[in-house]
Amino acid sequence: MKRDEIRATLMACLSDVAPEIAEEEVEDDVDIRDELDLDSMDILRWVQGIHKALGVEIPEEDYGKMTSLGDAIDYVAGRI
Amino acid sequence: MRIEKPAASSEGPPNLADYEQARAAFSWEAVRRELDGLPNGGGLNIAYEAVGRHVQSGHGGQTAMIWLGKKGEREEITYAELDGLTNQLANVLANLGVEAGDRVYSLAGRIPELYVCALGALKHRAIFCPLFSAFGPEPIAQRMQLGEAKVLLTTERLYRRRVMEIRDRIPSLEHVIIVPDPKKPRSPENTIDWNNAMAGASPDYRIASTNPATPALLHFTSGTTGTPKGALHVHEAVLTHYVTGKLALDLHPEDIYWCTADPGWVTGTSYGIIAPLTNRATMVVDEAEFDSQRWYRILEEERVQVWYTAPTAIRMLMRSGPELPRSRNLSALRFMASVGEPLNPQAVVWGYEVFGRPFHDNWWQTETGGIMISNYASMDVKPGSMGKPLPGITAAIVREGNDGHIHRVDDPKKDGELALRPDWPSLFRGYWNNQDRYDACFRDGWYLSGDLARRDEEGYYWFVGRSDDVIKSAGHLIGPFEVESVIMGHPAVAEVGVIGKPDPVAGTIIKAFVSLQPGHQWSGELEKELLGFGRKNLGTAAPREIAFAESLPKTRSGKIMRRLLKARELGLPEGDTSTLEGENG
Repeated sequence: MKRDEIRATLMACLSDVAPEIAEEEVEDDVDIRDELDLDSMDILRWVQGIHKALGVEIPEEDYGKMTSLGDAIDYVAGRI
Repeated sequence: MRIEKPAASSEGPPNLADYEQARAAFSWEAVRRELDGLPNGGGLNIAYEAVGRHVQSGHGGQTAMIWLGKKGEREEITYAELDGLTNQLANVLANLGVEAGDRVYSLAGRIPELYVCALGALKHRAIFCPLFSAFGPEPIAQRMQLGEAKVLLTTERLYRRRVMEIRDRIPSLEHVIIVPDPKKPRSPENTIDWNNAMAGASPDYRIASTNPATPALLHFTSGTTGTPKGALHVHEAVLTHYVTGKLALDLHPEDIYWCTADPGWVTGTSYGIIAPLTNRATMVVDEAEFDSQRWYRILEEERVQVWYTAPTAIRMLMRSGPELPRSRNLSALRFMASVGEPLNPQAVVWGYEVFGRPFHDNWWQTETGGIMISNYASMDVKPGSMGKPLPGITAAIVREGNDGHIHRVDDPKKDGELALRPDWPSLFRGYWNNQDRYDACFRDGWYLSGDLARRDEEGYYWFVGRSDDVIKSAGHLIGPFEVESVIMGHPAVAEVGVIGKPDPVAGTIIKAFVSLQPGHQWSGELEKELLGFGRKNLGTAAPREIAFAESLPKTRSGKIMRRLLKARELGLPEGDTSTLEGENG
């Protein structure tokens, strides 16, 4: 799977959780919790969505590694 | 089941070594004598008991706060430094013309400036009102309007995102102090830069005489109907903050203590600022959001001894498994407590298995100002129970009798409303500008909590449910009316009913049912639009699920029956629907 395909899937999952986030405003390096106002429940739901869409298991202890969209893409790309 | 109290250990006995003895010997006068009071008989001021008196008694060099920043920063602030900083802030307020009783609000994450603001405002005898930084613009505007905010402390980022657009709706707001973003050299127009203001303020400040009944803290909480209520507490509340920290949380001087709650909620103020400081503990403040790796690292590296957290966080830790904590050296941990909503028995047992100690659940409310019912280090824990009333607190289960009066229920099998004799120092003294709602909380010599509970044969209390429609999500009270009002603002929406839906992690999530205005069709797109609309305006109080309903069940008087919506959602019996109109009516 190509990086922009992963990006698109992650964004689609994110928009299910937080529909107010428009794709164009999310840059790969911004802190998603801070800049997009996501709390830990949002992150949990996002990760569950990613698991459903791509089959990638993301253990709770790794949530901290997904601080930005770029980090999350890297993480998922390494496990597909 | 029960988890037996620990046998006598090398740690020495806890502050509350014997529950019955402590209750019998307790008096508020004796607690007052453990505090100092302002010099020269100047009364009782929370901030002096929290900071100044420790400097006076030679402990100024002790670390008061260990601040952990999101990006890995670590700062220590001593009691003497905190005294100087809070004096400066009190002088800043004085220079701005803020007077005793004026409301100083904060809207910030867990940054040191927030703590300085809280204590500085208390020194100046202003009323400190913290707002949760994850609120959207609507809850922020409403709470500032209701409490007639005069000053707001916030950050550059939060100001631009949440406050700027609503500022003109708060005519009472005269000054906004901004903690600047180091990347942006200029503060927004019409605001005061924190650094400039503090640089020009003296670190000497004499606290004026403070009558113990002087208003100190304003905490907003949600009700079933109407606007949020601002519960007002006075400086005398410090007696409860201090003694419950000592007895329920077993805080000792110099303990390393971590309360994970945000000061935007009452726990984060009473137990994230005042209780630890009045007990001369060293408090850990973590700016970051929940992250299991990070949390275990903090517990280990900071050698946290007393840890006060919440059920949602504990359930998230459970999800991340037992290996993480077992790979850490958590031997410093002596006492663990939980509050926010009833802690499920599995979580208590999990704590015992993983940490070798149970979580001690306790119960209290914004209105009570401090812990009222608690499990103690020296008492067996019955998982699922909130424990027994604190020394100095008289609790009972009550019901309304046929005579229209409130009566105690002493049958351990019967539940009823949890009530307290209204005679402790941190009892709220009013809802801001709402005497009627305040008066309605008291009947026949009892404060009625609105929580249903029962008391077993041994005197342990067990939470049963709420007597109203208020939703407790991730430990925070959310008023359905407030959420409904905002969702109603969307042009496609005709009616809204909001309920709490059980969730394995958050305990409860907010779910909204909507019916639509003519000309609108329900679709996945509209669902997402409404979810986003809620999140933008409400922030953390927004519904996480929105479903379509042809029409909503209403009483004959037109009130939406949230109870029935909830019963349908959960597949429960719908109960008496004789007052119902709508599809059956």
